[in-house]
Amino acid sequence: MTRITVKVDGSSFTDEVEPRTLLVLYLREQLGKTGTVVGCDTGNCGACTVHLDGRSVKSCSLLAVQADGHEITTIEGLATNGELHPMQQAFHENHALQCGYCTPGMIMQSIDLIADNPNPSEDDIRLGLEGNLCRCTGYQNIVKAVQAAAAAPQPSAAGGAQ
Amino acid sequence: MIPAAFEYFAPATVDEALGLLREHSDAKVLAGGQSLMPALRLRLAAPEVIVDIQKIDDLRGVRDDGDALVIGAMTPHSTVESDPLVAEHARLIALATATVGDPQIRHRGTFGGSLAHADPAADLPAVAVALEASFVIAGADGRRTVPAAEFFEGVFSTALGEDELLVEVRVPKYTGWGAHYEKFNRVAQGWSIVSVAAAVRLDGDSIAEARVGLGNMGPTPIRATAVEAALVGQPATADAVREAAARAADGTSPVTDINGDADYRRHLATVLTRRAVLAAAGTA
Repeated sequence: MTRITVKVDGSSFTDEVEPRTLLVLYLREQLGKTGTVVGCDTGNCGACTVHLDGRSVKSCSLLAVQADGHEITTIEGLATNGELHPMQQAFHENHALQCGYCTPGMIMQSIDLIADNPNPSEDDIRLGLEGNLCRCTGYQNIVKAVQAAAAAPQPSAAGGAQ
Repeated sequence: MIPAAFEYFAPATVDEALGLLREHSDAKVLAGGQSLMPALRLRLAAPEVIVDIQKIDDLRGVRDDGDALVIGAMTPHSTVESDPLVAEHARLIALATATVGDPQIRHRGTFGGSLAHADPAADLPAVAVALEASFVIAGADGRRTVPAAEFFEGVFSTALGEDELLVEVRVPKYTGWGAHYEKFNRVAQGWSIVSVAAAVRLDGDSIAEARVGLGNMGPTPIRATAVEAALVGQPATADAVREAAARAADGTSPVTDINGDADYRRHLATVLTRRAVLAAAGTA
């Protein structure tokens, strides 16, 4: 077992983990943050996307031990005082989901996308979400939601959990 | 699935990492992990020991070293993609890097990791060969430098020894050269069926020098030397470039697989080479 200390959604955790523990399984099974889901075995689907030190990563393709000393934001850390993050609100208002399984990853990647490119074109959005698969929506409303969120006023720390 | 159990080390220095690799015969180096982690999860790989090199800060970053750029092996793709030195002196690398995987993978995956993995369908090996990059490898007896043409030995196989570490890649400067990367695939995140990396230096309207690398046209990346030679002195016109690009598949033996047979790949190589060289000349 290896001892790690990570900050997740604003709180610090120190835990003993087996080195082979995937970050996503540490988040879900040891911290109970089941908002982040596992969609595939291969790193393709993006459903498990979280932010590591403010940048999007696939938490199925990292070991929990690799997050030692780093800061993670999950979908559960986005809302502040019961207020949805503007990206969450935009997904809600644009009905950017059907089954909802890809949604946590879509939202986390969309926040990263507009942090890099505050005024993305439709093509920029589709390319920026290349690493996130949705099997229900055909992506139309997801693209609309990201466009709406980009046009909405952003919180001061985009994607921040504070 | 989750990986099989392994012992984990995260050394802080290159020497410490080399010591661990010498000490453990079944050790695997973990760089960004974007190829290794899926392999561990599917248990295509099950090493007894993982040596995670992410804490070795010396291995990250891009620096100017006179007539060459030096890219640290652990520099993430997302850094390389937007690095001003790379943009100025080796734009072909930035263009190819921007097509690797997807944004999340580029945040985590590394320049050296991708090269050391040596997947025939990867983006960066063909670029390294085209640009005559050299690979700086650390081992028990110090450091040695291997030219790109000798680094790639086969499918997932390189000149790196079991107890060696790729520490940095030196790239001669191609300041003022035009560059273009053509990658042919069918789906988002897809690996290239064939890819072509081209850099061109113009003298007036004619091509003074050309570098062309082919990806996935064999077990290792291939330098299209016949095309390069045929381009020199030619005007950068569609007809002249088409004629030179027709030699792109000369001497290659690409695989036949579910994405395309060998003849189709040879045809693609000529078409993509024409497109890549013309586009590169347009940016010179």
